[in-house]
Amino acid sequence: MFFKKLRRVIKAGFTNFWRNGVVSLASVFVMVIALAVIGSLMLSSTVFSSIIADVKAKVDVNVYMKTDAPEADILSLKKSVEVLPEVKSVEYLSRADALGQFKERHKDNNLIIGALDELGENPLGAVLNIKAKDPSQYESIAKFLSADESALASGQKTIIDKVNFYQNKLVIDRLTNILSALERLGFALIILLIIIAILVTVNTVRVTIYSAREEISVMKLVGASNNYTRGPFIMEGIISGGLGAIITTVLFYPLVAWFSEIASGFLGMSLIDYYSANILQLFITLLLFGIIIGAFASLIAVHRYLKV
Amino acid sequence: MLYFDKVSKVYPDGSIALHNVKFTVARGEFVSIVGHSGAGKTTLIKMILGEEKPSEGTVSFESVNVQNLRKKKLSLYRRKIGCVFQDFRLIPSRTAYENIAFAMEAAGRTDDEIDSDVPDVLELVGLDKKMSNFPHELSGGEKQRVAIARALINQPELVIADEPTGNLDPVNTHDIVQILKKVNELGTTILLTTHNRGVVDELKKRVITLDAGKVIRDDPDGKYSL
Repeated sequence: MFFKKLRRVIKAGFTNFWRNGVVSLASVFVMVIALAVIGSLMLSSTVFSSIIADVKAKVDVNVYMKTDAPEADILSLKKSVEVLPEVKSVEYLSRADALGQFKERHKDNNLIIGALDELGENPLGAVLNIKAKDPSQYESIAKFLSADESALASGQKTIIDKVNFYQNKLVIDRLTNILSALERLGFALIILLIIIAILVTVNTVRVTIYSAREEISVMKLVGASNNYTRGPFIMEGIISGGLGAIITTVLFYPLVAWFSEIASGFLGMSLIDYYSANILQLFITLLLFGIIIGAFASLIAVHRYLKV
Repeated sequence: MLYFDKVSKVYPDGSIALHNVKFTVARGEFVSIVGHSGAGKTTLIKMILGEEKPSEGTVSFESVNVQNLRKKKLSLYRRKIGCVFQDFRLIPSRTAYENIAFAMEAAGRTDDEIDSDVPDVLELVGLDKKMSNFPHELSGGEKQRVAIARALINQPELVIADEPTGNLDPVNTHDIVQILKKVNELGTTILLTTHNRGVVDELKKRVITLDAGKVIRDDPDGKYSL
């Protein structure tokens, strides 16, 4: 009984969708717009988090060692920093490496190279480059280092010359704030746009079902139950959602390719590769959104005409 | 089978549609209800279908109290009644065949039953040639025949015809009345509302006359008199 009715409802949904022609087309069109909004928000949040990850990766704290600090002490400091939970990685740059990098960076500046040669010895100390898992954690790492420094200072000579965190603090703090604000704003924006997309779709479907209100009352009068009456309308909504998802996914391909081309300069990733790799996941997400929005819109729209 | 017991209906705006209406309809009867527009005919029919509830009194169909029926029971109950309206009330997006099949689907009948019964009933009303036409492709008389076929398809115990000839020319009116008569002769109870004098006089059946919400006359072998 249930499956017989379900089969009839599904069949009637497809028939109505086909016969309603232009009206069905309009609701698919609106659905495509709504899903395009949702899809581009999903993609842009990926782009956004890749940019954020990029920027975060560039932030680090440099610990400059005194020139006379023994390498064994530096390496033991490196070990003790590495085990901190906030620390992602620590890179050790020996005095010779630091000098090599310095020379490499200033190889076009004869004055500096000349001065170095004049000096005869390596004026640079070794460096520890510390990367935190999150920019907000640099403060506690810097605190650990200064505590360590004072501990060392009590017993023996300190090996740390300076930690550039305090010079960078302002920049790091600001960056952290901006990033978290952007993340929150992005999330709020996504929710808002999704709500707008849903409302627009619901309204369009309501208009199309308004023209069927007579039909609904007739169905009720010949003794159809509420579920049997609304079934085909919900099926139509589901079809619009499904078609909308297919069209959106297909339309996105050239758009993403085009955008990927333009944005390749400042994006740390290839958007089109990402899209191709995740196309199935994106499609299924859009499909679910489309089906849920479509069914939900029909449900709301039919509801008020069912009270016969 | 149908009992109106001291039924009154006052709409929220204070207008009185029915006042202390009392009558019964026996199985197999053909009853015409006549009256001017606004006499309460439509309200009376809405009460039989459970679309409106009486303010006072009770409407019962056999032993069932109609106004107490809830959603699910109501749709089951409506399947026992076939309805024909002045404005046909066909589903515009479905063909003649599908309109009739829908009433069977709603009642949960099998595909085999639908395949065999629908063509038969279309033949009964003389529309077997137009079964795949949409309502907008049919004339008024043809639409009303589809509506009658739909009303009959589930072998209802009662057929309500609310001004079925109101939008039809005399020839079609005559045909529709003949079809209803034939249905009645086959054993179905019929309740017809009309303000067409010719129809009532031609039928020579029981006539209930409504005026301003009251039953003013109930003749077993009535003529139209207002």
